[in-house]
Amino acid sequence: MAVVFEPTKGLTDKPFHYCPGCNHGIIHRIIAESMVELGILEDTVSVASVGCTYNSYDYFACDAVQAAHGRAPAVATGIKRTLKDKIVFTYQGDGDLASIGTAEIIHAAARGEKITAFFVNNAVYGMTSGQMAPTTLLGQVTTTSPFGRDASYQGYPINVSELISQLTGAVYVERVCLTDFKNIQNAKKAVQKAFKVQQAGLGFSMVEFLSTCPTNWGKEPVESMEWLKEKMIPQYPLGCFKGADIDFSKKEDAQ
Amino acid sequence: MANKKVLMKGNEVIAEAALRAGCRNYFGYPITPQTEVMHYMAKKMVQIGGNFVQAESEVSAINMVYGAAAAGARVMTSSSSPGISLKQEGISYIAGAELPAVCVNIVRAGPGLGGILPSQGDYWQATKGGGHGDYRNLVIAPASVQELYELTVEAFNLADKYRMLVMILGDGTLGQMMEPVLFRDEEPIEKIEKPWAAVGRGGREKHNTVTSIYIDPDDLEAKNHELQDKYKYIEENEVRYEAYGLEDAEIVITAFSTCSRICKNVIKQAAEQGIKVGMIRPITLWPFPKDIIRETAARDNVKAFLDVELSAGQMVEDVELAVSGKKPVHFYGRMGGNLPTQKEILDKIIAIHNNPNEGGRG
Repeated sequence: MAVVFEPTKGLTDKPFHYCPGCNHGIIHRIIAESMVELGILEDTVSVASVGCTYNSYDYFACDAVQAAHGRAPAVATGIKRTLKDKIVFTYQGDGDLASIGTAEIIHAAARGEKITAFFVNNAVYGMTSGQMAPTTLLGQVTTTSPFGRDASYQGYPINVSELISQLTGAVYVERVCLTDFKNIQNAKKAVQKAFKVQQAGLGFSMVEFLSTCPTNWGKEPVESMEWLKEKMIPQYPLGCFKGADIDFSKKEDAQ
Repeated sequence: MANKKVLMKGNEVIAEAALRAGCRNYFGYPITPQTEVMHYMAKKMVQIGGNFVQAESEVSAINMVYGAAAAGARVMTSSSSPGISLKQEGISYIAGAELPAVCVNIVRAGPGLGGILPSQGDYWQATKGGGHGDYRNLVIAPASVQELYELTVEAFNLADKYRMLVMILGDGTLGQMMEPVLFRDEEPIEKIEKPWAAVGRGGREKHNTVTSIYIDPDDLEAKNHELQDKYKYIEENEVRYEAYGLEDAEIVITAFSTCSRICKNVIKQAAEQGIKVGMIRPITLWPFPKDIIRETAARDNVKAFLDVELSAGQMVEDVELAVSGKKPVHFYGRMGGNLPTQKEILDKIIAIHNNPNEGGRG
């Protein structure tokens, strides 16, 4: 019988430890498939961060370095400056990137480091059991905003992609979601574009994934997807915030 | 500059030594009094095609060091006390992930923002861990600009050999001081393969992972045992010190770096007054030269020890442990960025000579 589908070689055989309904598995897969399709798996170093994906290196089949909480962009800077012809990406959650690691992400982008940040925004701290993140929505109940996030008490959500896109060194910034096949395909295109931007040496690239956390949201997986569409997307609109005009089918951008 | 004596500032010599040792990656953040290390690197790294990045913070700088080291490079950062405190997170991760790196601390007086003048008040932080977890750094304390050069080159070899952070512990005096330095034609660089580095698989069967996390307690305990075995080996093989006058000394001074320079002159002055003083100068602060101190404490000619530091007394605790109550241990220290005068130390020696059992610690 003809083989019609095979698991990507970009992932190891190890089963994911992620909760049912969590989007990390989808995101891992499209990144892994992209590495294989672009032929960069053997030339990529990933940087794992602190949170649910602390051991993403158990799944990605490329070389990897595990970083301290929030420091992945600095670690990636050290790697990329040393290995200029390799591809280096970070994989960070919202507690990691948007809270403790704000200095590192902003300055890596401002320096125009030729790295790619994959930023997973699920509006909550996952691994430490559902605390409020900088990305937590107003009114959202978490273990540290038990009465709902109140702007007068806990401030406002941070829109990271909009913020990073203001920096000259950031050349490609796009926010995507994974709620259906079309959006997953679109997210994969964004992943590939971010890698290509890095390959072309154009500067810093980032893809923000809106993602679900059924466990800490206290919702069923399907319900979580609906909540993401209804609540998260109005606060975090999808789209390309920087570099929409970069087109790799054009010769000058491909070089 | 080959095989030629040149007059150079301590901080610049550290940077020059690193470049000669093959270091092509420097990540730092400005702070006094280590500034010249960074300035020298900023210019030279660009000229020779290396990497110089002025990071947004010390936290970030040490994590860039972590990344470059994980990618197999020879890498250095430098800072001064408050900045080194910020680096402790990264230093602990470097220890956990067993990465080779060199970190220079040109110590200034603390605590807090303190002052910018010389101190040895970071001895505890440097030798007892500094960050979280059971780990050690190899700590080297040069006492002259020539030693800054030779020991900085050596630091890179030791870092690669043991896959750990080597700290050069200087102070504002040593960093700012100009002295003649004789450079070698060729550096004794030990090339060590790094098959563990994350450089891209490049056809390798399995992917490499550089990490410090072990969720299973048995795995983590085993990792800790590995680290402790390595530290034990280093304690048995890498102790360095300078000792003199021990065979007939009545009083033995223990002092490192800048303090030992002042004490050397005092020893001559004491001899003129008929007081025989010897000295043990630790060059490695960790591993600490406890054996020679223990043996010296057992000598009949030795009546007392005098530990001199630019602190309230930190290394003196390690001296006391080694002396182990066999002889009285006295202490003299200055703080805040002040240096002891030769007269202050000589007066202390005369007092100990007159009454070795009075005025000691504990």
